[in-house]
Amino acid sequence: MTMLRESQIMKIHYITGIAALLVVAVHIMMRLIMPYSMSLGYENVIANYHNIPYVVLLESILVLIAIHGFNGLRIILLELRQSKAWEDGVTILTIAAMMGVIAYGTRTIIVANGLGFE
Amino acid sequence: MTEQIIEKIEKIEKKHHKKETIRSSVVLKVYRANRLAGEPGRYERIEVPVQRWTTVLDALLHAKAYKDPSIAIRYSCRMASCGSCGMEINGIPRLACYTKVSELEGSTITVEPLANFPHMRDLVTDFSQFFDHHRDMQPYVQNEHADIKDREKLSEFMQSPEDLDRFLQFSYCIKCGLCYSACPTVATDTKFPGPQALSQAYRYFIDNRDAAGKERMNIVDERHGIWRCHFAGSCSSVCPKGVDPALGIQLLRGHLLGFSKNEKKIADLQERLKRD
Repeated sequence: MTMLRESQIMKIHYITGIAALLVVAVHIMMRLIMPYSMSLGYENVIANYHNIPYVVLLESILVLIAIHGFNGLRIILLELRQSKAWEDGVTILTIAAMMGVIAYGTRTIIVANGLGFE
Repeated sequence: MTEQIIEKIEKIEKKHHKKETIRSSVVLKVYRANRLAGEPGRYERIEVPVQRWTTVLDALLHAKAYKDPSIAIRYSCRMASCGSCGMEINGIPRLACYTKVSELEGSTITVEPLANFPHMRDLVTDFSQFFDHHRDMQPYVQNEHADIKDREKLSEFMQSPEDLDRFLQFSYCIKCGLCYSACPTVATDTKFPGPQALSQAYRYFIDNRDAAGKERMNIVDERHGIWRCHFAGSCSSVCPKGVDPALGIQLLRGHLLGFSKNEKKIADLQERLKRD
């Protein structure tokens, strides 16, 4: 269960954390260019999902936060108990949950974008 | 220039000046329990006479000599060299021989065994796990070119003062376990080597006589290794010898992340016979 060394995982953790800060900042700025209520209007949201650069931004937020967040959760859970079974279980579960969240989020983006449905 | 430095030092000293409180006696609130016999813990209050220079260890030894000989304490050198008398004094891990009664607030001094160590009896804890973590770091210079068996060929390394400065402060560690006791990660993760072992890993990693840096890096680069440090910094604040284990951990992390150069020039060997 050691595909990556802990230092490599932590490098990914720090890089995704910093990158997530940047993309979320861009995301928030884009939400603020119009009144907040308008920004969440159905037409505006769908328009956003049809804007490819914005879709890339949303997907990167999803991937970066999922990787960073679930690795953070793995670290917290690792410190709770010390046994090989627990450590492997926690690692497998968090990777599965991370992939599930990324898959579900990506599906939402694809459906809202209309890709493959038109 | 020198006067300015002296002024600065005086200012800092004034700022950190601890008020000494002179008392004729204090009450020691000593934690008593015999874990091996399954005894539950309790606190015993013992009044002892003190003088200005009385340390907590002196007070405890007075209590042991004249009030209750059954108090279990581990101590040896009485001069902060051996690291045996570590205990929690008023909730902070300190060396009993290095803590004067007069520098503590209040007339009651609570003494408890070190946290994060398996408790044995009264103020004595089990250091086996702590020493195991220390041993895991291979705390010795490893260099296949240095012949330590053949006395005739006994060799010495050429090391500059700058090379020495890189690890000197970490070599002051007396393995008293105070940093281990103060570490919040050790409190929940027993596999975490702790600040003492990690700073010793850095001490040998950065020592240019040692050639086993990579092996040592692999030891600390584990799930429960160096990355589990939360950088609370409590290890450095309790160290009685002025070692900064948190700094050692962060420097070693820098090497693992590639921020610092991992390659070092191994110190040259000079054979004693050749030199003579």
